Amino acid sequence: MKISLTVNGELKTVDIADENTPLLWVVRDTLDLKGTKFGCGKAACGACTLHVDGEAVRSCSYPVKFAKGKEVTTIEGLGDKENPHPVQQAWIEEIVPQCGYCQPGFMMATAALLNKVPKLTDEDIDKNIINVCRCGTYYRMRKAIHKAANLQLEKENNESKEL
Amino acid sequence: MADKEKGSKKVSRRRFLVKGGLGTIGVVAVGAYIFRNPIRRELLGFANSLEAPYTDNTDKPMVWFEVTNNNEILLHSPKMEMGQGTFTGIAQMAADELSVSMSQIKVVHAASSTGNVDSFATGGSTSISGLWKPLRELAAMLRVMLIKEAARKMNVGIDELNVEDGVISGNGRTLTYAQAAKGVENWEVPDVPSLKNAKDYEYIGKPIARVDLDAKVYGDPIFGMDAEMPDMLYGAVVRPSKIGSTFVSADTSAAENMPGVVKIIVEDDFVGVVANSMIEAEHAKDAINVTWESYENLDTAAITKMMTVGNGNSTTIQKNGDAFDEDDEFETLEFRSPIGAHAQIEPNGVVAFVESDSATIKISTQVVSITRKEVANRLGLDTDKVNIVPTYLGGGFGRRLHTPHAVQAAVMSKAVGKPVKYFFSRKEEFQHDMFRPPTHHIIKGKLNSEGYLDTLEHEFVSGDVATDSALIPNALTNFLGADVGAIRGGFIQYTAIPNFKTVYWHVVLPFATSWWRSLGLLANTFAMESFIDEMALKANKNAVDFRLHQIGEEPIDNRLKNVIKTAAEKANYNEEVVNGRAMGFAASIDANTPCAQVAEVSIVDNKIKVHKVTVAMDPGLAVNPDQIRAQCEGCVIMGMSAVLYEQMFVEDGELTPTIYGPYQMALMKNAPKEIDVVLLQGKDTPGAVGEPPLGPIGAAIANAVRRLTGQRLTELPLKLSK
Repeated sequence: MKISLTVNGELKTVDIADENTPLLWVVRDTLDLKGTKFGCGKAACGACTLHVDGEAVRSCSYPVKFAKGKEVTTIEGLGDKENPHPVQQAWIEEIVPQCGYCQPGFMMATAALLNKVPKLTDEDIDKNIINVCRCGTYYRMRKAIHKAANLQLEKENNESKEL
Repeated sequence: MADKEKGSKKVSRRRFLVKGGLGTIGVVAVGAYIFRNPIRRELLGFANSLEAPYTDNTDKPMVWFEVTNNNEILLHSPKMEMGQGTFTGIAQMAADELSVSMSQIKVVHAASSTGNVDSFATGGSTSISGLWKPLRELAAMLRVMLIKEAARKMNVGIDELNVEDGVISGNGRTLTYAQAAKGVENWEVPDVPSLKNAKDYEYIGKPIARVDLDAKVYGDPIFGMDAEMPDMLYGAVVRPSKIGSTFVSADTSAAENMPGVVKIIVEDDFVGVVANSMIEAEHAKDAINVTWESYENLDTAAITKMMTVGNGNSTTIQKNGDAFDEDDEFETLEFRSPIGAHAQIEPNGVVAFVESDSATIKISTQVVSITRKEVANRLGLDTDKVNIVPTYLGGGFGRRLHTPHAVQAAVMSKAVGKPVKYFFSRKEEFQHDMFRPPTHHIIKGKLNSEGYLDTLEHEFVSGDVATDSALIPNALTNFLGADVGAIRGGFIQYTAIPNFKTVYWHVVLPFATSWWRSLGLLANTFAMESFIDEMALKANKNAVDFRLHQIGEEPIDNRLKNVIKTAAEKANYNEEVVNGRAMGFAASIDANTPCAQVAEVSIVDNKIKVHKVTVAMDPGLAVNPDQIRAQCEGCVIMGMSAVLYEQMFVEDGELTPTIYGPYQMALMKNAPKEIDVVLLQGKDTPGAVGEPPLGPIGAAIANAVRRLTGQRLTELPLKLSK
């Protein structure tokens, strides 16, 4: 079965035997984007978080058929070294990652949250950022999330000035 | 004993070989270096006449550095990067002695084909401290060799040359390291040059950003789970859900004709399936009907009963004085800790490719040498024919000291003649973990007329940690009479007490238990530091003063006193309940690194909430203070997760739960919003970092709860009575 979806801005058509295959495996194995991680397969840890039409989705439990015709963004599409997303910039400035395995999921969850709640509070973070990090980087992550919010607001202000 | 000579701390000239160009590489510098890591030294300290039998590979060349044509240095690390920041620390160490910039150093995991295989493991908080001297000596030797070649090529005296950022200059001419190395056939190998003085360090001691930061922020495919090989198939292995199951027979008929199935493999010790995709392999696995022979239906209560002081074999590991009269009036408290899971987020996985007389294994492992040996043994190959290609670890914590899955993948690959990738499901991770063993502690103490301890006794029981692991031979454990992992943190640190005694009991459980970050430290310190706090209360003394008074006078004791005083000062430690919050104090020594912590706690909805933790630690020289802080922060949060939430149960013979959530762990909302870390330097070389801060956190929280509520909580995970 052929399914078309936009991944990091590019239209992709994938041939998948089972349309219930989790989006995670299509992204990782068919499209070879390995930044989205497998952690539990039950939407319990959030390592596989990516965006579908701007919403944070735990892709290990999200059948690829639901992504048909939609815009998927993975960590590879969030930003890059030359043009980092404010969340990635903040993560670098705060030196957040330790082992690093869960971090793409946290960054994707944070980026989606910031789009909804640009000026967020600690309570917003506690309620919405519910992925699991075993190294215990939450302390730096919280600082990075606040920093990312500021960076994003600055960026938006600068962009609106330019207009 | 020959080993004594081998353990010499200097690089021997004769072991420093150099090879000429390989492909595009300017030069491959090869050195063999034998060194003793602190763990081994500690073991040998216990058993000084015993030859450490797990040292191998020491007479063969080991590739440490390559100088590339674009003047970068590739540093092949025998230590794995699992988040602890070792790659960054060793890059700093090498950059300083090589006189290159940090951006010129690229650290990679040493494949076992380089010969640079750690004979022990990445673990025990030994990586930076163990490599401190040898790595800098090797780097300094390479620098001198390159300068000598440059002097010859430029026809300039060595004394006239300067090096900066890998460029050698003098007498108006310059050569890069790469140019200096080009075409050299016979290297002159110098004696070990003197190393830089601390005041001349450019990178050591600085809070430099992690060298793997970009890779981890932009989602590069660096982990074992991301590894692939061309034309790769997927494997799956059938695992029993009941404890103690042994394989009887397998009905594979239904699975054989399922879509995508390439082969079903039935071995004496496992049943596996290879298919075209991971999902097809998983479906076929579910269709294989295996008959297992199982233990009786165990439950948590049965395990708890087994794990009780008095069961198994005992060894007195510490004793001072003799006033242990049972008729005396002792204060007694009992403590328990549960079965703990590693729960690292990256599941164990591997890609193996077995060809006619060789094998390549890409894997997240903490034990390259053991993984290689086990694969080689199973395939009947020489270890030299098995190349272990280590990847970044998506968390280690001791879980990756066991890699039987590498053997299984190799067997499956051999059966199909293609590379096979295979990894654990989360349920398999939880049920087939090598758990942190549960423990039980009985601590007794008696105060003298001045209100200090006259007698202190700690008896505790643990399941295997080091016993029966491939890492520490049982001969050594038997010789020592105690499990060297289980007793971590079990030694009484208040050695000014006239009479003290520690007795370790060993019980073998019906499921596998093993190394979990900090080993016995977490539970032992929770028990002992909770008891000390209770005795301070009974003596009506300040908990900090009570501790300080009973610590000895050795150098390590003074370092312990310093971290205790510093933590108390920095946290403004006091024993009043203020605005519904109380502080708790605890301290420990692990692997020669003392650490003290103050936890500030309140009760919200009858649950314990940790607001702030102050950490004072003395790890010796801080190669990268920022990464040491990160380890302290991480240990505080991983530790509070373990002591407040985590617990495995045994129900109907199965280990449970099998998923995050039901296996409750600290989330963002639970983590303290403030973690204040103060680093002291009580010695001029680097010490252990990655585990010592896990010691005090449990008791620090429990002691705060005691002062806040009056409840002395003695079981992990800590739960308030209603």
